[in-house]
Amino acid sequence: MPLLEVTELSKKFGGVHALTMVNLQVEKGEVHALIGPNGAGKTTLFNCISGFYSPEGGSAVFKGRDITRTAAHKIPRLGIARTFQNLELFRNATVLDNIMLGRYMHKRASFFSEVLFLPKAKNQEVEARRRVEEVIDFLDLQPYRDRVIAQLPFGTQKCVELARALALDPELILLDEPAAGLNSEETRDLCFWIEDIKEDLEITVLLVEHDMRVVSEVADRVTALDFGAVIAHGTPEEVQQHPDVIQAYLGEDDGAAASA
Amino acid sequence: MFWHLFISGMALGCVYALIALGFVLIYKATEVINFAQGEFMMVGAFVAFSLIHFAHIPFWITVILTLLIMGAFGVLLDRLVMRFLVGEPAFSLVMFTIGLALFLRSVAGMIWSTDTFAFPSPVSGEAIQLGSVAIAPGDMLVVGATAMLVLLLYLFFRFTNLGIALQATSQNQFAAYLMGINVEGMFSVVWALSAMVAAVAGILLAPTLFLHKDMGFIGLKAFPAAVLGGFGSIPGAIVGGLIIGISENLAGGFLPPWVKDIFAYLVLIAVLIVRPEGLFGIHEKKKV
Amino acid sequence: MKFKLKKSYMEDLKLFEYKSDMVGYGVLLVFLFIFPSWAGNYWTYNLTLAGIYCIAALGLNILTGYTGMISLGHAAFFAIGAYTVGYMTTILGHSFWIALPLAGFAAAFVGLSLVLPALRLSGIYLAIVTMGFGFIIDQVILEWPEVTGGANGLLINRPTLGPLSLNSDASYYYVVLVIVILFVLLTKNIVRTSLGRALVAVRDSEVAAQSMGIPLAKVKTQAFVISGFYAGIAGGLFAPLINFIGPDNFTIIESINLIVMIIVGGLASIHGSIFGAIFITLLSEFIRVGKDALPAFLSQQVGFQGAVYGLIIMLFILFEPMGIYGRYLKIKYLFQVFPIYRKDTFRRERKFQKAQRTR
Repeated sequence: MPLLEVTELSKKFGGVHALTMVNLQVEKGEVHALIGPNGAGKTTLFNCISGFYSPEGGSAVFKGRDITRTAAHKIPRLGIARTFQNLELFRNATVLDNIMLGRYMHKRASFFSEVLFLPKAKNQEVEARRRVEEVIDFLDLQPYRDRVIAQLPFGTQKCVELARALALDPELILLDEPAAGLNSEETRDLCFWIEDIKEDLEITVLLVEHDMRVVSEVADRVTALDFGAVIAHGTPEEVQQHPDVIQAYLGEDDGAAASA
Repeated sequence: MFWHLFISGMALGCVYALIALGFVLIYKATEVINFAQGEFMMVGAFVAFSLIHFAHIPFWITVILTLLIMGAFGVLLDRLVMRFLVGEPAFSLVMFTIGLALFLRSVAGMIWSTDTFAFPSPVSGEAIQLGSVAIAPGDMLVVGATAMLVLLLYLFFRFTNLGIALQATSQNQFAAYLMGINVEGMFSVVWALSAMVAAVAGILLAPTLFLHKDMGFIGLKAFPAAVLGGFGSIPGAIVGGLIIGISENLAGGFLPPWVKDIFAYLVLIAVLIVRPEGLFGIHEKKKV
Repeated sequence: MKFKLKKSYMEDLKLFEYKSDMVGYGVLLVFLFIFPSWAGNYWTYNLTLAGIYCIAALGLNILTGYTGMISLGHAAFFAIGAYTVGYMTTILGHSFWIALPLAGFAAAFVGLSLVLPALRLSGIYLAIVTMGFGFIIDQVILEWPEVTGGANGLLINRPTLGPLSLNSDASYYYVVLVIVILFVLLTKNIVRTSLGRALVAVRDSEVAAQSMGIPLAKVKTQAFVISGFYAGIAGGLFAPLINFIGPDNFTIIESINLIVMIIVGGLASIHGSIFGAIFITLLSEFIRVGKDALPAFLSQQVGFQGAVYGLIIMLFILFEPMGIYGRYLKIKYLFQVFPIYRKDTFRRERKFQKAQRTR
């Protein structure tokens, strides 16, 4: 059974059909890429899965559980984390504060325990910090730990967004255009990290990406969207050679393959 | 009795509408929430009063002079102070205008003393009979003047270059800059316009309510009016003001007296429960 | 600069990062304890009043500074606390020590009524609704004389603790001092644990907070209930202090006063709440002293105090939006890194586009 199964998902905004009967299966342990030209509905699909939008039709099932109508704040508790295209960090807080938020939903101590800083709360805080430091180690963010987000370079901010998602201990992570705005060195690092996330952390990855180099390098399977509908899916090579995909990116009457 | 309350409520509502209008104008263009709008009205009324009472200037010339003075006041306020607050979080701006309101109130007390004054009305005479309802000429003046002012503003925004430039600035400051609009000049125009609208409200209100440094507190009722109509909507401000004015007056007539003071807020809460963005407001959701 | 080599995560969480801080606060504590005998009744009374406002300001800062929900009607919670104590002690004859916690719970409970609007509204919409809430409570006070004494107000006596009467200004001061210290510690614990982080998350980006599994409704409710509780306790302490409360003590002016305290002191900061509360409460004293230094025609005017107050608000927002605490931090930093002090260390991001402001 696939980890995440999206069946005939449809989303409309007034007269605009953002998504039409989208089918998608993400297997456990794979890196699955979602590609398509701008406006194809990729982020809309993410928003539907993570509970920010309510789809008009179809369903999304995660680990056998229907999450189509689940509220946004409950989704992380089920094991799905996501990053945002335009970064949704807490800009005037430090890197550490941001990542520590990822441990909120793991807390077990009661309000009274925290207010009186009883041993249970104390231990929870220390444990949360320890987990966060593991994530910081994983992504090499140590030098930036106490820096305020607003003062960091863009590539590092993206890294913090990823760290925060990892701090949730998810089973599935949705990455929305993780390579956007990164230079080639940062993009290479990103590819390594995605591989590490897949192999060392054993987290399934579903990513939206425009950069075909990244897709070719990290993705096990690819689904292509155009105008809200799935036009192709398979391995990266298969999809990149698919005539509909080439047409979507480059238009008609052009024999060149869609490549970086 | 119902219609009598209704009509005088409409007049009161027009005053609320004008204050709310001034406040929405500023908000749309500069995103500043001007808690001192009521005090602008008070200052305008006092300026007019001083011109009539101490300088013995005839009424209609006073009106024009007051508008010019208040317009200049708005421009000065913007140039000397408000422009330094560009980009600050909304909460800071709110608190700043609250401080400004307090400052204006106290200074007005110092200049004009804390006494209550009577403001001469340009119209007098018997109430006009319309069927079984007696309409006070003062109320008619208020409603008529408000209607005319709103019409003028509509024409201004729709058909003049300056008005269109103002609309552009309200919608997207960056784009307005790129189109060569003098955005900072537009801010000054908006502040001047708001101050003038507030002055008109003051001149219309003062004859019925008397003139006192604390009369700006009436302005506090204009907030629920603006919010009810949908914050950031000009027609909303006007409709909101009328609704608040009329319902408040009706409540005063038919319900126990203590309800009247808080009725505006009860109406507001009722509307917001059904429509959280106000009557004409737009539901702004962050796009991610 | 001081660098401390920390060997465990627990050290990051401690109340006092440096031993020297502990000494500093210790000295402050000693000073506060000997204050009444040193300063006399008049100043003791004023500092007690400031302490009560400290509690209210801490609560308001939790709601507005940390969670970002503007409350223009906070005096209403203060009033509920004060009148609960008044009703229970003066009218029903119960002990103050039972009435005080009830004052907190009563205010917190009423705070729940604001949660529904808080969830559906934000920004100016919520602010105006809270303002309306304040006016409504004002009216309720006037129209419920069986409980509140209506426009005539209530007389409240200072409490007794067993055989001791706490009638004197000094003894009541100590009661308030202990409670203030307690609430400061409680607030510190809230801020350094997960709830504090969740509050700030809700303030800075609701979308991001939700994607971290933070339930907006629950967190906002907690913020209102907690800040209501603080204000209720403060009000409960306020009533016996001034011995007589009436509806005039709890108007919108009071609500604005509280907000000014946290703005002038510093939003989202415990130090800031304390600084702000003390500064604003003692401001009238400062103005009085300063008046003598000014030419006669200015200082004689009625409304001079109001003008100065308004001016202070405006000047703080213009020149020190981080409040007194912010200025204190900047000065401390200046001394730490002199002469390589950089102004921009404290620069906060300005948001120019509407799209950036929508949460």
